[in-house]
Amino acid sequence: MYLKRLLFMSALLVLCSVLYMTLGAKGSWGFILPFRGQKLAALLLVGVSVSTATVLFQTITQNRILTPSIMGFDALYVLLLTLLVFVFGGQSYVQMPAIGQFLLNTGLLMAASVALFGSLLGRGRVDLMRMILTGIIFGVLFRSLTGFMQRMIDPNEYAVIQSGSFARFTQIETSLLGISTLLTLATLIVVWRVRHRLDVLALGHTAAVNLGETPKRATFLVLVLVALLVSVSTALVGPVAFLGLLVVSLAHLITPTPRHAILLPSAALVAMIVLVGGQTILERVLALSTPLSVVVDVLGGLLFLILLLKGTFR
Amino acid sequence: MITISNLSHKISGKTVLADISLQIETGGVTALVGPNGAGKSTLLSLIARLDPIQTGRITVNDLVIGQCDSTDLARTLAILPQAEETAPRLTVHELVAFGRYPYTKGRPTDADRAIITRTLEVFDLQSLSDRQLDTLSGGQRQRAKVAMTYAQDTDYLLLDEPLNNLDLSASRSLMKLLRRLAHDSGKTVIIVLHDINYACAYADQIVTLKLGKLGVVGAPADIVTDQLLQDVFETDAQVHHIDGQPLVKV
Repeated sequence: MYLKRLLFMSALLVLCSVLYMTLGAKGSWGFILPFRGQKLAALLLVGVSVSTATVLFQTITQNRILTPSIMGFDALYVLLLTLLVFVFGGQSYVQMPAIGQFLLNTGLLMAASVALFGSLLGRGRVDLMRMILTGIIFGVLFRSLTGFMQRMIDPNEYAVIQSGSFARFTQIETSLLGISTLLTLATLIVVWRVRHRLDVLALGHTAAVNLGETPKRATFLVLVLVALLVSVSTALVGPVAFLGLLVVSLAHLITPTPRHAILLPSAALVAMIVLVGGQTILERVLALSTPLSVVVDVLGGLLFLILLLKGTFR
Repeated sequence: MITISNLSHKISGKTVLADISLQIETGGVTALVGPNGAGKSTLLSLIARLDPIQTGRITVNDLVIGQCDSTDLARTLAILPQAEETAPRLTVHELVAFGRYPYTKGRPTDADRAIITRTLEVFDLQSLSDRQLDTLSGGQRQRAKVAMTYAQDTDYLLLDEPLNNLDLSASRSLMKLLRRLAHDSGKTVIIVLHDINYACAYADQIVTLKLGKLGVVGAPADIVTDQLLQDVFETDAQVHHIDGQPLVKV
């Protein structure tokens, strides 16, 4: 039914990617293609992982305004990174291979998010206002703890964390591309296989139980998947506060269906178009130094306020 | 057969159900009746494993609630909860199709599609099938939800106050349909009713509950008397009889 719209968005994404690769290219293609190709791949990965994590999270909480970022998942990732440097010291942490660091962080984030959010989401109906408050408090708590530890550690060690603490679409951590792609693909395969279960879970706790689903187990699985996806995007480009909310809301407008088989690809396409297209326009066309994350956060923050004031939670 | 033995339930320290033991035979319409806060909805949600059982034991056929596979139970028993918000952007057709999920896990066969089409016909929803739920009236939405439960095609059907939001004609046609399902298709219908007159008119058996305790159980004509209304509802309404069927003058 919405296949045409998905195809149109795919075409738009291809166009954006081609423009991103070729616009304003000076010098040898042998250098430019792999250089820009890596960044493009990272942007695409971030788009898919942020949008998918947001859709999954909104499905198990049955609302349209909470996202993993708003609930403090990204902040938790940065906190865990800081904690690792704080405990082991910058030197020994840096000496670990990048992939080892990444996997350690991801594992910790999965455990921490299941422990923190599992109890919050595990029991029946979610009280939205309580969730928003909890998210805000978690976010502030994680950031304060991070700030506290960053002040205590050696300035040299701080440099290790710094790059992980800000959203940055221009300096992308490309050394993690391989492992990120692998993890994201594996996660996406799992998500695609449970898409019908997600449809049922989105009906709400009672209806899902009536149809033979076990929301508790599914919530646990979804939290693990969300933690994986958030780790990938945060490791690649840092915390992206309102990107998920923005792109998933757009996807709901473009393909207004609760079916995950449509919603998931739609949200992913919107996210990739926003990132690649936005970056192309800002960097290549307007030659602006304004980071894309600022633009996305201003738009996304506005949308968050509008949704909250209008009361369109579901 | 549903067997409930020594069932007790507390919600934040307050006793909602106290030591209930009850057998509901297969077939027929059983109405759960009682004043507000009697524990009717809690009893229904415990049978349908919506809440975990604290003390006691419930079996449906040979399935033990809380231990059996949830999908097996979803093929045996369906519940229509009280006014629950369902995803507002679903179309009627999509909602009814969810009734087949316990069998299809999201991949419907031709047989399933036939059942969905027939269900839409039975509930007179063909003309609404592509409308989204939030564009329907309360009564139409209620009809669509009952239709989903019907499409689940289970031996047991549990309904929690399904007549809310329904006008006289819709209420009567739903009750007639439930009675037909119970008597012609051999299904067991358990229904929480607010209006005891509907229970008298359509139920084969009435189960009364008051403050979490089981009261009188029996056929409407045998048990609905002035005294029962006094005991259960603490009101002095009078019972008249029309065509041998009790009718409460409200």
